[in-house]
Amino acid sequence: MTRVATMLSGLLLLAMSTAGAWAVEPDEILDDPALEQRAREISKNIRCVVCQNESIDTSNADLAKDMRVLIRERIQAGDSNAEVKAYLVERYGDYVLLKPPVRPATYLLWFGPLAVLLLGAAGVAVYFRRRPSFSEASSAAAPLTSEEEKRLHELLDDPNEADARHIRKPDAET
Amino acid sequence: MKRVFFLLPLLLFAVVAAYFYWGLDPERDPNAIPVQMVDKPIPDFELPPVEGAGVPGLSRTRLSDAPDTDAQVRLVNVFASWCVPCRAEHPILTRLAERDDVVLYGVNYKDNPADAVDWLEKLGNPYTAIGSDPKGTGAIAWGIRGVPETFIIDSDGRIRHHHIGPIHATDVDSTILPMIEELSR
Repeated sequence: MTRVATMLSGLLLLAMSTAGAWAVEPDEILDDPALEQRAREISKNIRCVVCQNESIDTSNADLAKDMRVLIRERIQAGDSNAEVKAYLVERYGDYVLLKPPVRPATYLLWFGPLAVLLLGAAGVAVYFRRRPSFSEASSAAAPLTSEEEKRLHELLDDPNEADARHIRKPDAET
Repeated sequence: MKRVFFLLPLLLFAVVAAYFYWGLDPERDPNAIPVQMVDKPIPDFELPPVEGAGVPGLSRTRLSDAPDTDAQVRLVNVFASWCVPCRAEHPILTRLAERDDVVLYGVNYKDNPADAVDWLEKLGNPYTAIGSDPKGTGAIAWGIRGVPETFIIDSDGRIRHHHIGPIHATDVDSTILPMIEELSR
């Protein structure tokens, strides 16, 4: 029983250790957990420029590893997160950021979906304002003629005629 | 007013069609990474010499002062002995370095010094100075993604061109030589 428990806990530990699969190698990790945490946060938002659409935090590429090491070096040298990012952006452009910055060139990217939503909402609003409302539609319909009125009463009063199968179209009678 | 709404789908089609036309342009390379270093000053870096190569190391001051030459145009080439395209572009770089108005510097990227010296002895050393960059940090300071890459720097110490990948003979004629001639004028 204890052996099973040991095995289970071992498996659990293994599962936990591989849960957040990342590429950071043990020798890269900083001794200061707070600094390491900052390095990890920056790495998650830096694109590996040789693999495309993968962060350097998860990439095994050599250049990604070099960038991770560089980020840690700069953090240890006292750079702020923004300064580290600026260093990389200066050399690799906005391309290196997985989250593009908000600036005039990216307004379309950031606010385009909102503009499309507003445009759609305007379209729907125009559609509903132009379409006559339900009450208007019923009051605008012509009142029943006396003949129609008579037929309606017949249908309602006569139990034989009330069966839907026996209803004939008024014009079929004539 | 209603007439305008009839035109909306047509307008929408025109916008989408223009986008597709742009996207299908065979000249456009969707994998191209925008070049960032052009028109920037020489980055701050300092690399020791390659042991046994017989030429000095490379740093920003050495590049901007260029004490070894009065050539107007400085080329910085990132290379490695393990890099096959570097071997292919070596004769082209050698010929460029023979010009009086050009001085060629090298960054030896993630290389074993002994291998680099061996490589230079076999193929010839066109580099006036070579910085050894075993960890690749100097390369990141230059914003490079791999080897080989080449920069053209003017006499004011400004980067004027960033060539990614090996320099082919066609690149020499189309971009490298016109740029060198413009800068050395």
